[in-house]
Amino acid sequence: MRRYGERLALDGVTVAVEAGQTLGVFGSNGAGKTTLLRVLATLLRPHAGTARVLDADLPGDAWKVRGRIGYLGHEALLYRDLTARENLVFQSRLFGVERARVDEVLEQVGMQRRADEPVRNLSRGMLQRVATARAVLHDPPVLLLDEPRANLDPKAAELLEPLIGRASGRTRVLVTHDVEGGLSESDIALGLRRGRQEIAGSATVDQLRELYR
Amino acid sequence: MTRAAAAILRKDLQIELRTKQSVPAMALFSVTAFVLFHFGLDRDRLDGALASGVLWVTLLLATVLAVNRLFAHEREQGGLDGLLLAPIDRTAVFVAKATALYLYLALLELVAIPAYAILLLGPSPLDQLPALLAVLALSNLGLACVGALVAALAAEARARDLLVPLLLLPLLTPVLIAAARATEPLFAVHPETGDLGKWVAVLGLYDLVFMLLSIAVFDFLLED
Repeated sequence: MRRYGERLALDGVTVAVEAGQTLGVFGSNGAGKTTLLRVLATLLRPHAGTARVLDADLPGDAWKVRGRIGYLGHEALLYRDLTARENLVFQSRLFGVERARVDEVLEQVGMQRRADEPVRNLSRGMLQRVATARAVLHDPPVLLLDEPRANLDPKAAELLEPLIGRASGRTRVLVTHDVEGGLSESDIALGLRRGRQEIAGSATVDQLRELYR
Repeated sequence: MTRAAAAILRKDLQIELRTKQSVPAMALFSVTAFVLFHFGLDRDRLDGALASGVLWVTLLLATVLAVNRLFAHEREQGGLDGLLLAPIDRTAVFVAKATALYLYLALLELVAIPAYAILLLGPSPLDQLPALLAVLALSNLGLACVGALVAALAAEARARDLLVPLLLLPLLTPVLIAAARATEPLFAVHPETGDLGKWVAVLGLYDLVFMLLSIAVFDFLLED
């Protein structure tokens, strides 16, 4: 359970995701999707209850899972005054990742050519590509994705598929408003309304669309 | 921890070199303050307690500017979450931020002290340079530790521009008193060391207490 002041942001969510599976999280704005993701990413402490990620109980064992989670949220988490490469090199130092991996992910997201431009000069789509590179730089087994394809053109979305898509083989928690697309790549669906769980398990497109009414 | 602290410090210095936001603003503020004191006091030359007080009040207020900007890049560019997601000891963030502030203060003093000597200060600071450097080094350590602590506390606060001076200045009052008292005999017309040892010891003790306190509580400050 998590509150923001008096407002209940998340309560009574119980769902289990096996390794390699994808949990699709659906719900209208303010339903608690981002809060759930931030709790799982150890960025928010739940006020009651626990979440278990990679055999670590959150929030107590948060330190055990940091470094094994890739988080791609609304914010790119990049320093605008640094270049894409400098941002990734900085992240590689924090995560103890080899320098060569930076070039590898820049290549994978198609940003080698623009890697030495300050991030502030990049378009939103390119920013999203660099943010994706940051999220997978340390090759995390778990990905927490909040609208990961926002601002991406179809070609870029296809390019990033091996990194953050089902083909990546990672366990994923995917927050999206694209009900049909999200459901098609989810093993488990979680429907939230005003912070409470309405659907957990299998769901139809119509059931999930109902959450937005 | 050292690796992470070095990485964060390097990143902060890289951004400061590129944006030139903190140190130039601090230096410009200090020189402006000296000019204002020059006209406000209607004096061409200051010495002793007055000279020491004017210098340290100016440096203290310049520190507020840097403390306000210490987490600005994290706050404005979303980088704080990036730091919190990393598998690092959060004390590394404190060490990096305090070191960055220490370096900013040292750079500020490289500009501010000569400017002060030209604009207002009567006795030459060169006469007592080693003692003055020792006082500056110890004072900067206290300012940097408390500054990094307050900057973290206010990083996510809505009214941080108000919060920083309101928290920082009372906490730094002991540094101001000790540094001003230690500097006073160095800026006298006939320089002497006087109670220098006593006030240097006070500064050292303050630094030690706040360094340990900051390391102990910094983790909690960065928690949601």
